[in-house]
Amino acid sequence: MAAIAGQQRGKASRKATYRDPRIWMLLLAAALTLVDGYLIFMVAPTDLVLGHIQRIFYIHVPISILSFLGFLLCAIAGVGYLIRRTERWDRLAHASAEVGVVFVTLALVTGVIWARPVWGVWWTWEPRLTTTLILWFIYVAYLMIRNYAPTPQQGRTWSAVVGIIGFVDVPIVYYSVQWWRSIHPVQVIGPEAADDALEPIMARILVFSLVAMLTLFAYLLMERMALRGAEDALSQLRREGNSD
Amino acid sequence: MELLRGALTVAWKDVRLELRSREVVASALVFGLIVVVVFNFGLNRAPGSLAPVAPGLLWIAYAFIGVLAMNRAFTREQEQGGLDGLLLSPISRDAVFLGKMLGSLAFMLVIEAALLPVFAVMLDLPTLSPTLGLVILLATIGFATVGTFFAGIAVQTRSREILLPVLFFPVIVPVIIAAVEASALALQGGPMTAVWTRWAPLLLVFDALFLVICPWIFGYVFEG
Repeated sequence: MAAIAGQQRGKASRKATYRDPRIWMLLLAAALTLVDGYLIFMVAPTDLVLGHIQRIFYIHVPISILSFLGFLLCAIAGVGYLIRRTERWDRLAHASAEVGVVFVTLALVTGVIWARPVWGVWWTWEPRLTTTLILWFIYVAYLMIRNYAPTPQQGRTWSAVVGIIGFVDVPIVYYSVQWWRSIHPVQVIGPEAADDALEPIMARILVFSLVAMLTLFAYLLMERMALRGAEDALSQLRREGNSD
Repeated sequence: MELLRGALTVAWKDVRLELRSREVVASALVFGLIVVVVFNFGLNRAPGSLAPVAPGLLWIAYAFIGVLAMNRAFTREQEQGGLDGLLLSPISRDAVFLGKMLGSLAFMLVIEAALLPVFAVMLDLPTLSPTLGLVILLATIGFATVGTFFAGIAVQTRSREILLPVLFFPVIVPVIIAAVEASALALQGGPMTAVWTRWAPLLLVFDALFLVICPWIFGYVFEG
């Protein structure tokens, strides 16, 4: 038990800490992110048209992709939980939803910062933006349902169900917004042109950045799952303490 | 067949309850009227008539009414232990879902039909067409399906009034978009090809998808 181990923090438990894969993942993520920062600000060439603001793209694109990965994981883990009913699946679903919400929030914020100087507006109801925003709402509701459920058991089942519905809904949202926009005048010019004209060095830094953010994502996921495990163990101990 | 009979029994129970109490339809109607009036104050500064934004107002009002009606449909069960009776009855959970959904659908269609002429007068809408009727039917099926599902969850929580709209609105964004666009085309009375090639199929796909998924996973909502 982790709680008891704290009292006799001797050689053995410290040794166990170093065997914990989270530590290594954290070190890896920290190292890669530092190198990534150097590459983005010192190595990557300044965009001729967009200027320095274009550098935000090396962070924005990877975290957007990874937030979608988080929600995909969440839906899969939700189905896994409904079938198997094991804590592990639910821990994965919960952790990936939380990390996904953090990443999608950062993606929205960096996108807004980027859009203002480049598009001239902070926000536009473009399909990708709108879908991302709806995704944010759905998964915030997902986290709310966990907190508002009367029992943890119900929270797990309900959030799994909400995760599945949300995931099914996202493609429909995307297509509906696309059709909706196409009949309205589009005020701003999209970023597609810039994407096509990506220099090889820029593409390589983007891939590096994706790997760096992926390690960060993996570390946060592992840490959150372990924390959920500790939370579950604590509430289990509390229940046992109360019943005595 | 068994499924349909169970669903119709549950729906008929709700309709009979409503005919005797007139609780949901009456309050939602008054609510819908006041929404239109408040919108009018809010949009006073818009130049000219409200006709261009009328479809949007119509669907915002309908969506709010939907949340209200569906919350009520389950709260009423909860208050007097009716929900336990419903769950203990010898019909499957998907039949319970379909029954509650059909009941809410009926209430919402009645409210929407009653409000439409009032909207037409107050917002000076040009035409009322059968196409508009079809759009309202398809969109309301989507509302009732997703709404009934989430109401089943929300009613069991402490903060049911806030949880239902928070769950409901993001998921029905496609329905709102399709309904507003199709109603705008239907109200203009111009060419309606986009209704048939885009918005009606989109609504149909949404309805079909959630009419399969929601009853299928509704059993999980009443566990534990």
